[in-house]
Amino acid sequence: MMLSGWFIALLSTAYVGLLFAVARFGDARADAGRSIITANVYALSLAVYCTSWTFFGSVGRATSGGLSFLTIYLGPTLMLLCVGVIIKMIRIAKAQRITSIADFIASRYGKSQLLAGLVTIIAVIGIVPYIALQLKAVAASLDVLFDQPGHTIRLWGIDSTLLVAGVLALFTILFGTRHLDATERHEGMVAAVALESVVKLVAFIAVGVFVTYGMYGGFADLFQRASVHPELAGLLKLDGARAGTWAAMILLSALAIVFLPRQFQVMVVENVDESHLKRAVWLFPLYLLLINIFVLPVALGGLLHFGGQGVNPDTFVLTLPLSQGAESLALLVFIGGLSAATGMVIVETIALSTMICNDLAMPALLRSPWLQRQKQGDLSGLLIGIRRVAIVLILLLGYIYFKAAGEAYALVGIGLISFAAVAQFAPALFGGMYWKQGTRAGALAGLLAGFGVWLYTLLLPSFAKSGWIGNGFVEHGLFGVEWLRAQALFGLSGLDEISHCLWWSMLANIGAYIAVSLLTEPDALEAGQAERFVDVFRHAQQAPDTRLWRGNASQTELATLLERFLGPVRARQQLGSYARSRRVSDWRSLPADAEFVHFAETELAGAIGSASARAMVSSVTREEDLGLEEVLDILDEATQVRAHSRELEAKQQALEAATAELREANERLRELDRMKDDFISTVTHELRTPLTSIRALSEMLYDDPKVELDQRRRFLGIIVSETERLTRLINQILDMAKLESGRAEWTTGEVRVGEVVREASEALGALYREKGVRLNLDIAEGLPAVLADRDRLMQVVVNLLSNAVKFVAPLTGTVAVVVARAENMLRVSVADNGPGLTAEECGVIFEKFRQGGNTMTDKPQGTGLGLPISRQIVEYFGGKLWVESTPGNGATFIFTVPLTQAAPDA
Amino acid sequence: MSKRILIVDDEPNIVISLEFLMKKEGFEVAVAGDGEEALAQVAGFNPDLVLLDVMMPKKSGFEVCEALRADPSRAGLQIVMLTAKGRDTEVAKGLAIGADAYVTKPFSTKELLARVKELLGIA
Repeated sequence: MMLSGWFIALLSTAYVGLLFAVARFGDARADAGRSIITANVYALSLAVYCTSWTFFGSVGRATSGGLSFLTIYLGPTLMLLCVGVIIKMIRIAKAQRITSIADFIASRYGKSQLLAGLVTIIAVIGIVPYIALQLKAVAASLDVLFDQPGHTIRLWGIDSTLLVAGVLALFTILFGTRHLDATERHEGMVAAVALESVVKLVAFIAVGVFVTYGMYGGFADLFQRASVHPELAGLLKLDGARAGTWAAMILLSALAIVFLPRQFQVMVVENVDESHLKRAVWLFPLYLLLINIFVLPVALGGLLHFGGQGVNPDTFVLTLPLSQGAESLALLVFIGGLSAATGMVIVETIALSTMICNDLAMPALLRSPWLQRQKQGDLSGLLIGIRRVAIVLILLLGYIYFKAAGEAYALVGIGLISFAAVAQFAPALFGGMYWKQGTRAGALAGLLAGFGVWLYTLLLPSFAKSGWIGNGFVEHGLFGVEWLRAQALFGLSGLDEISHCLWWSMLANIGAYIAVSLLTEPDALEAGQAERFVDVFRHAQQAPDTRLWRGNASQTELATLLERFLGPVRARQQLGSYARSRRVSDWRSLPADAEFVHFAETELAGAIGSASARAMVSSVTREEDLGLEEVLDILDEATQVRAHSRELEAKQQALEAATAELREANERLRELDRMKDDFISTVTHELRTPLTSIRALSEMLYDDPKVELDQRRRFLGIIVSETERLTRLINQILDMAKLESGRAEWTTGEVRVGEVVREASEALGALYREKGVRLNLDIAEGLPAVLADRDRLMQVVVNLLSNAVKFVAPLTGTVAVVVARAENMLRVSVADNGPGLTAEECGVIFEKFRQGGNTMTDKPQGTGLGLPISRQIVEYFGGKLWVESTPGNGATFIFTVPLTQAAPDA
Repeated sequence: MSKRILIVDDEPNIVISLEFLMKKEGFEVAVAGDGEEALAQVAGFNPDLVLLDVMMPKKSGFEVCEALRADPSRAGLQIVMLTAKGRDTEVAKGLAIGADAYVTKPFSTKELLARVKELLGIA
């Protein structure tokens, strides 16, 4: 063997150094805000899916299972076609600052620490053997290079596998936890992983080309030679009987591409731009295609070349070049395998260490009295420390498992067993993304049930096959109960173990998840998160929904919290940029409102996971509990829509009412306008009529000085009386206007109506005597006083008395006034023996400018405003004014005034 | 032969002044206090011109005017509407139903006379 251990060690170190340089570069660029994570880098980083299990194991599987190895690659391709699902996942993860798959599930179900812990434990149990497999692959490839069986290579007396584990731990620590700030993203690592993907692809294609075209004459030659051997020819056929297995494999690998912690890490957590996914959708399947093209040729080539020599098919990629003396190619393949192993180990370990730190260590730490004593200390260093310890621990566990399992079945079959373990996350995770009714209890029940079935039907039987535990439960069922046989549960036999496990674990998982979810009610926090996850696209368009938080907080306490977990520098950076986003220069001037709390919690979630962040924020804020109903009210779309439409309906009704009111008001205004027009027109007429006589007579007198004296005196008399009429008219119009507009001044006091009537009759006595009309007064004794304006009341009585005297005949005319009490009113009637009024006239005489009687038979009698004014006055006092009359029988005008209760009897 | 003028108005003082004005100019004058009386007077007095107030009890000036214009035997009768309501619509209405002139109150006696003489063809 010409390859020296030192040379290989040096080469490996140089390669790892190159990766490290790439990672440093990536981190530096990320810090400078110029990310090197392009769509291609993102797509290549997804190829961390292809581990050493792929690199070495695919060929091994192809030698026994033929084309069935392809299922492991068909599943991911199909999954990536569901771009919408993955984009939704990425969107949610970004909105919630999700750090891991455990965080994702826990956050969805009310930021539950319990759930986060459970997912972490399942992931660790499921993945540690998988890591052991990588260690084994590297160790095995070293064995081949040095042509030493049984992993006996030692360097400085140390087991080479332990050395590999140690180097990987150191490398992972340098990659994943180099930063002092504990955030969820590691761009440098992603860049390095992408580079590794390229290296392993190049290496594999190189060996494929070497075998196919170097050792044989191309594909056709190989397949032709293989078809001669009946046992090899079978590998080339699709086996219909294994369709069930194929389906199970495809489903399992489809779920694995998302739910393996490392896949979730690179695909969701490390995603910097959703649009990168569009590239990945075709680039990643293309990558899988390329890395698989030569799997079958290499397998066939190996079988043909080493036929019957007992060479492990898993090592064909190395042993074939070595058998031809192509040492440099073997070295390249070794580096390719190393890439596949290190890439997987680094990302997986980082993902797991984050989960262990955030979801197992932090909750314990947050409860410990020690941390509470360290109130003000910077804990970001502690976080990094925990992660580093977790990395070392995981790799140590992997090494221990490797040492314990060795060549046992438990290691060989572990890839698919791991896949089946992480597949258990699917119901809780997908359910959480699309089904609001899924509850924490449901998720816990589903996970526990699925995990339990997985443990019993897959992991423990693999232990049994390795001979570590008795295989009684596999052969005869637990406690000898037939239908509890681990790989033929309830009599379900005929399936391979993976399909069998997948069927029963998914049935238990989904069944428990749905049943328990339907039976339990989510709490407020859970309901809120459910809404944010399921409707992430709707919520993302709005500002963070801060209505869901109510309480008191202090921004300095929150800032201190950030400093403790993010470190002072990063905390200040984040606070600064947050302050700028809210357009203030200093975060201290921001109110410690719901939005600030939301910001702090999200920042913390990026460092310590949502469940722990939630716990920390609650510890420094005094939060009011929102009831479930309230949260649902705020969030529930249906409620929102209903409230919206109710609001709209109410608004529409209000609008209609307002419109109707406006229309009514407008109608009233128009009516008033018409009345005003009529009034002005009438007033104009009334004013112009006397003016006409005055002007005509004056002009004639002026133009003709020779008018006879009698005539002249007669005309001047008319002019004077028309002028008086005009004056009276103007006064009454003004009076009317005052009364109508409510601007009239009233001097209200106790008035004795009898006295007023007596006084009025005295004032008009001359007029009555002149016309020879009798005026009889009948005023009851001891009438109480009324509350009224004395002058105004006098105006009414004078108006009625002067109207009466106008319309009665001279000499024979009689006017009788009666003042008496009628129940609680004082009643005044003025009866005349004039011509009387028709029923029609009785109505119109109270309208403005409507006068009774034939004015042509007499001189102008008045302005036509006296009665309307009188009625206004009487009504103002709370009384009424009306007329009772029939033609020919005179008219009686009556008005009433309410008696004041307080007034003493006279 | 002097022209005949019928004065129709429900305001006695206006009738007095118009009667005096027209008589002084040598016209033969008759008066009426409302619309019905006016139609009776037209038939009996057979005037050449009517000074017709619009706002009157019983029959308005418009109605009287329409009735007179409906009678073809009185095609030559001149009608001057007098109104205290100076709205444009009323002027238009008066002219539309066949009045020869429309005068608003209060009027200038000189102008009214000039108008009357013009309508009667007295220069």
